Order: sequence, then structure tokens, then C-alpha cells
Amino acid sequence: MSYSGWETVIGLEVHVQLATKTKIFSGASTDFGAEANTQACAVDLAMPGTLPVLNKQAVHYAVMFGLAIDAEIGQESAFERKNYFYPDSPKGYQTTQLEKPIVGRGNVEIKLADGRTKNVRIHHAHLEEDAGKSLHEGSFRHGVSGIDLNRAGTPLIEIVSEPDMSNAEEAIAFAKKLHSIVTSIGICDGEMSQGSMRFDVNVSVRPTGTSELGTRTETKNLNSFKFMEEAIHKEVERQIDLIEDGGTVTQETRLYNGDTKVARSMRSKEEANDYRYFPCPDLLPVIVSDETVEELRRNLPELPDARQARFVEQYGLSDYDAGVLGSDAAMATYFEVTAETSGNSKLAANWTMGELSARLNSQDLSISKSPVIAEQLGGLVARIADNSISGKMAKQVFEGMWAGEGSADEVIEARGLKQVSDSGALEQMVTDVLTANQGMVDDYIKSDEAKRKKKLGGFMGKIMQASKGQANPQQVNQILAQKLSELV
Amino acid sequence: MHNLTIAELVTGLQSKEFSSVELTKHFLARIAQLDGNYNCLITVTADQALKAAAAADQRLAAGNAPALCGVPILHKDIFCTTGVRTSCGSKMLDNFIPPYNATVVENFEQAGAVVLGKTNMDEFAMGSSNETSFYGPVKNPWASDSVPGGSSGGSAAAVAARLAPGATATDTGGSIRQPAALCGITGLKPTYGRVSRWGMIAFASSLDQGGPMARTAEDCAILLNCMASYDDKDSTCIDRQVPDYSATLGDSIKGLKIGVPSEYFSEGLDADTGKAVRAALAEFEAQGAELVEISLPNTGLSVPAYYVIAPAEASANLSRFDGVRYGYRCEDPKDLQDLYTRTRAEGFGAEVQRRILIGTYCLSAGYYDAYYGKAQQVRQLIQQDFEKAFEKVDVIMGPTTPSPAFKFGSKGDDPVAMYLEDIYTIATNLAGLPGMSVPCGLVEDKPVGLQIIGNYFDEARMLNIAHQYQQTTDWHSAAPEGIA
Repeated sequence: MSYSGWETVIGLEVHVQLATKTKIFSGASTDFGAEANTQACAVDLAMPGTLPVLNKQAVHYAVMFGLAIDAEIGQESAFERKNYFYPDSPKGYQTTQLEKPIVGRGNVEIKLADGRTKNVRIHHAHLEEDAGKSLHEGSFRHGVSGIDLNRAGTPLIEIVSEPDMSNAEEAIAFAKKLHSIVTSIGICDGEMSQGSMRFDVNVSVRPTGTSELGTRTETKNLNSFKFMEEAIHKEVERQIDLIEDGGTVTQETRLYNGDTKVARSMRSKEEANDYRYFPCPDLLPVIVSDETVEELRRNLPELPDARQARFVEQYGLSDYDAGVLGSDAAMATYFEVTAETSGNSKLAANWTMGELSARLNSQDLSISKSPVIAEQLGGLVARIADNSISGKMAKQVFEGMWAGEGSADEVIEARGLKQVSDSGALEQMVTDVLTANQGMVDDYIKSDEAKRKKKLGGFMGKIMQASKGQANPQQVNQILAQKLSELV
Repeated sequence: MHNLTIAELVTGLQSKEFSSVELTKHFLARIAQLDGNYNCLITVTADQALKAAAAADQRLAAGNAPALCGVPILHKDIFCTTGVRTSCGSKMLDNFIPPYNATVVENFEQAGAVVLGKTNMDEFAMGSSNETSFYGPVKNPWASDSVPGGSSGGSAAAVAARLAPGATATDTGGSIRQPAALCGITGLKPTYGRVSRWGMIAFASSLDQGGPMARTAEDCAILLNCMASYDDKDSTCIDRQVPDYSATLGDSIKGLKIGVPSEYFSEGLDADTGKAVRAALAEFEAQGAELVEISLPNTGLSVPAYYVIAPAEASANLSRFDGVRYGYRCEDPKDLQDLYTRTRAEGFGAEVQRRILIGTYCLSAGYYDAYYGKAQQVRQLIQQDFEKAFEKVDVIMGPTTPSPAFKFGSKGDDPVAMYLEDIYTIATNLAGLPGMSVPCGLVEDKPVGLQIIGNYFDEARMLNIAHQYQQTTDWHSAAPEGIA
């Protein structure tokens, strides 16, 4: 979508929950979905006299992110307190980094639909703690708000980009690339629906060709690519309409509700908190030694760009297929297992991107929760590749596996889906159908070359029907063509 | 029994001259009989104490019990105690019962010490007179119309009144040393990071440090042996071996170089207090120490720097008291804002509110650099003053306070006059250095203290010096009228 006469400037702040077992400053578990307040210890509850102890794993994960985007790694970083009152912030301040973030300037390259690539600069990324959750009326009980502090203290890195994106497509490509990077290096589970990655989008517009930035707004806490795209379009349109009607954009924080599609102002700049940042006296500066950085660099898992290149090389995939399969770590692993189990990487790619992804999407499942595991899909692909079953049968086998009926071979056996590829039997089948449909055969012979081709389908349908769908279509096609040519 | 020192009690317990239960009953009886006069204790834990004493007696009978096994002590009510209310002197925590022990409390529990109760203190350790406590002021056993000092006034007065032989305390700007001086006892604030802050309710995290109070330096050494430890639950705690502070008490101090800062003997120091401190310095000379005139030129900046940094940290540290999860909550809040404002307006006293406001102001946008930033620079300068001084001398000595205990209400209307009470003690907190106060005389029948400031982790030497002083003087054994 483009807006004539206007340019859009977008910058992102991305909160990434780190996949540590315990919290950033306490020993409580970070598991998602536990009963409210069962995973919050005295430190998370900000009981008097309790003190934070920094989780080293969180520091290492942040450094790994820095290495993945080729950033400067802060050898000495420090924590600050960001002061504000809210019930889901038990200490009355958030422990975060301001002056000396752990990850400095870096770069992320994004690919766009038209094949262009673009570099998005990362201003910095810093470590901080997540807040708890307020459970308001409706989600809790009438007239009362509840607080769940299970999430309080979950480690986050906040990644702050430069305002280098000029439309929603670029912003989404950037967001997806970050998702791809953090899941590939294993520092985040990437579960967007559980809030593992949340996006704040800074948007401003300016007349095309001008260089001065317009007043920006920040739409906070978007947790899906789709909502982010919708929110950006809505906000760009709102700002342009406002200016074209003679108004001005006010600097403010906004919220977008993806379910109702309604965006609204949360607070203006004037209402913004004065966070009164100051160095946290309970924590020492974080020193990451050169040795640690080098060790993390050596052990850094494969990055998405490298993996995609390898998929092209190793599996003979197209750039596009490698891009789809190689960007998400879980998807990439799934594909590789499927390809290896089946011995046919191209078919494995098609099935992973096609039937499987479509089904997962329609049921809103992540690939790690797929009822059909990679080994099963690999088994199915192998049976397609060795012509044991047709594509149509394969879909039925997939249904069976999805429904929990077992491996591909078990489903084929149980449902009697073995493809008939015995040429003698197939020839007999073709002959029987031709004999039984003499009228069609006569019609075929009378037709010209172009019409004959169209009429082939009619014979195919009859033959497949006669075989209850089990005849190997390629073979039938050949035999049919052969027999008909003999009659002409 | 209450006139015995901890060292003597240890001997008596280990040699079965008396049992811990007898000792505990004796002190509990004294508390019941006398504390109505002083208000030293917020909570008396008689039942737990008797149980702990019985357990200690069993350990003592079995042999190989730690030194403090069976010795009764008191904890300042700033240290969290499992199952026992920990109020921090505030209405805000009047109903707060922690489910955990402070590391300091845990250390004493492991050693078998018997906790008689929790001592009164200025609210959230903010005060120099104990007048800010929600539980009412503590009276100085030496003069009932005078303050005991603060914020550890309850611990200091209790030790002076022989309600316990020793007590824990904390010091953010002088809260161990100043009340120790005004109550005529010995108190030590260790190097920042020597004693764990886990479970010690924070006032100003970069300045707070726990330490012991007792009548003698020898007893402080026994207490510090137990109190100091490395604790991985406190990131600012320093992983460094704890020496046996008792082992070097007898060392000679011949040739010791004592720095005497001219700034500590200038305007503002009461003449008689100055005389008493000079007399103590002369005593050290007599023991073979050498006095060296030094200068700590930035001393005058320490109080203003402190009253930016400490309130700034406190303003954040005290944000957690919001009525949401524990502690005081106002009645029938209308909405969230009302819950916050009324809970904090009703739960905190005036001095705490004043400091939260000062701290909030100093950190506000547009003021940070002028206040907090500048104060941090001053802090560096003060640290450098000491570094330079310690190139020339082994320890620094001067008065602990400008004058003896003042009367109740005499500084209540003038916070700045109250803040100047800590003029000699605050700089060591800003630098993170250890400091102690030793009784060195009586002025108008009220005690005054000699302050000893050591280099980082030089507590053993400081205790040795104080002990040597107490071998040839007896100010530490002086008792308030009617006590001994």
C-alpha cells in the first residue's frame, strides 16, 4: 500500500522473552501457563529486604543476540531503575538498562517481496525484566482486578531499531527476521501468542522528498505480525488524514486491539511518566570477558541466512523455498528431518510448506505442537516418492496421521490405500473401460488433436473410478495414451 | 549476669557455670521489668527465645558448640525474621511477618544465639534520634529526657541498659556509630559488602551496612565473626575470607599512625566533646601510636551529597510499599490512585515522606544532573580524600558526633540541624569504609564517642586498636545510673 505524496518512517522496539529456565533476578521458574502467582518467589513479589541476583544465562543469551546481528558487545554494561507505579510492577520500578546497554549498534538485513534487500540498523539491545499481568474485570472477577506475578522478572531483551523502515511490509519483514534470528539461536521460543515477542511500533509520516521527521506515535504491545501490519496501516492513514485535514499529529502512546480492530490513544507526551532512571545500587556492572564472548561466538547456532544458503546448496531448494523453510528454526528442523527420513528433499519441502503449514495455520498451531511429527511426514513423503501411493491418497494418509492413526505405512495399511502399479492389472483395467465405453472411444477417434487431449480426462476419470482411486495415475495415463493411439 | 560481657558469657556457658535458659530468663525478666522506661524493643520473642535457649543448652552439653551458642542478643527490627513481625519502625509494616530470615539472622541462628526480640528504630532507619519510630521514641538510659541517637537507637539503648549483651544494627549515614556514641557503647559499621544485606530492609542500598553493637570491642569482634559472611544472595557482598576478629585483639599498637583530620575538630564541635576525644588520642600516643595531622578537605560536602544520594535511592526502595501485596493498606480505596496515595500518606511518617519527596525531586527530569549527578561526583571526591589520607596513616580518628545526646524535640523542627548530627559519620558510608565508635568520656554525665575510621576491610585492626584502648581505660564499663 502506498500513500501518494507521503512517506512513512517506522522504527521498532521489540521485546523478546529469553528462554532461560529461571527469572532474570530470581530462581523462580519462567514456565508459561502455570496457575497465577505460583511462579513468583519473595524476590519477584518485591518483599522487603530481598535482593536481585543476575541470571548469567540471560546475559549470555543477550550476547548471543549481539553476535547474531554483528553488534558491538558492551564489555561492561549496567542496570538502571526505571521508576513508575503500577500493580504489575511489584518493586515500583523496572530494572532495565539505559546508559550502558549490553548490545550496541548492529545490523539486520531484510529481504522484500520484490527481491530487494534492505539493511535495518539496530540502535542497541538491552536486558530488562518483564512485568506481571493485571487481570481486569471480565478476565478475573466482577469489580475486582487481580495481579498475576508469574511473568514478573522474566528476562527480556528489548531491541531498538533505527527508524529505517518505510512501510508495513518492511516492518513486518524486519519483525519476522528478528523472530527468525532469536529462534534460530535458541534464545527465545518465539511463541507469539504467549507474548514471547512483542512489538512497539513508532510511526511518523512526512511529505515525500522531505527529510525532517514528522511527529511520531508509538503503538505498543503488538503480539502478531498481522496485528502489527493492520496497526501500521491504520496509523499511517490516521496521521495522513489528520495532516491533510489541517491538523497536527500529537506525540502519544497508542494501543491497537487486534480483535476489535480499534486503535486508541493511551497517553499523551504530557501524561508520560518521568521515569527518574538512576543506576541500580543492588547490582554490580555486568562484565562480559573476551573469552566468554569468543566462546559464545564459537558455539553460536546457525543463523537463518546461512541456513537458507545451505538449504539451496544441500537440498537443491529454490531461494524462495529455502527462505520459507529456513527462517523459522522449528520449521527448518522439521523440514530437515522430513527430508532425511524420506530421502526426497523437494517433496519434503512441498509437503512441509503446503499441506502441513496450511493445516497448522488453520488450527493456529505452532510447528512444535504439530500432531504429525517430522518422522511421520517423512514416511509419507517416502511412500509418495516410491509411487506406493498417489498424491490424492497421500492427502488421506495425512488425514489419518493427523487424526492419530499412526505412521504413514500404518495408515496406508489400515485404510487399504495401496496404489496399484502392476502394469498388467492396469492394462486390463484400461482395456475394460475402453470396451465398456465404445461411444466415447468413437467420439475420441473423430475428434481433432486438440479436442482429443481434453477428452483424455474423461477416460482417466472412469478408470480411476473403476480402480477406487488406487490406480497409479501416471502409469494409467501412459497406458491409456498408448492404447488410444493404437486405435486411431 | 547482665554485667558480664559476651566474652565472659561465652566462657560461663561453655564451662556450664550457668545455662542459656537461666541467662535468657534473666534478660527476659530485665526486659519485662525495665523496658517500659526505655521503649527499646518493638517485639519481645520470649517463647522462641526460651526454646532456642533450651536447644542451645543441648548443643553446649554435646560439646563443640560455636562461641555464640546460648548467648542472648537482639536484632534491629530492620532484619527480617521468619515468622516474627519485622516492622522497620513503620506503620507500613506493622503487620508484616516475613517468610524468610535475613542472612544476618540466619548466621546467628546457625551459631545458636538466642534472640530475645526486635529493637526499636527510626522509621525505615531514617533519623538520628529515634523520634521517627511509629512505636514511639527510645529513651536514652543515661538521661531520660535525651535521645538515644538513631536510627539504631533501640539496639544501642538496650545494650547500654544491659537488656542484652549485644545487638545487631545497621548504618547508612551513622546509624550504628552515632547511637553507640550517645549511649556509651561500642559499635562497628563494617566495610560496605562485608555483611550481607539480604533480608535487611533497604533504606539506601549503596550505603546500608549491618554491624554489631556491644559494650566492648572484644564483644563486637565475637559478634562480627558470626555476622560477616559472603552471601551469593547479595550481589554487592564481597567474596573475601572473614578473618578471626578475636585473634588479633591483643596485638600491640606501637608505631600505629593515626590520622587526625583538622576538619573534624573545627566549628560545630562541642568543646567538651572535643576535649574528651583529644584525651583519647593522647592515650593512644601513650601506648606508642603516632598522631598525624591530615586533611579531608571535602568533609563539608558529605552531608549535602548524602542527602541527595540516600533519599534518591530510598525513593525507589520504598516504592514497593504500595498496599498491594503486603503491609499497610488504606481502608476502602476508591480506585488505584487512591489506594496508592492514601496507603503511602497514612502508612509512612513525616520524615520518610520528606525523604521520598527529596529523592523523587533529585531524580526528576531536568534536576538529575544538578543533584544526583553532582552528588555522585562529590562521592568520588570524598573517596579520594580518604585514599590520599590512607597513603599516610593506618587509621583516622575523631569525634563520632559533634556533641552528646540532645534533648527530645530540640531538633525536631529543623531537619538540617538533625542532618548535621551525622557530619562526622556520613563520609565513611559514602566511601564504603568501615567506621566504629568507642566510648571515650562523659560530658554533662552523658557519653561521647571516639570514632575510628579504617581502610577497606581493616575491621580486625580497628577492633584491635579499640580493644587496646579499652585495656587501659574504662569508659566502656561506665553504666547509666541505676543500671549496673
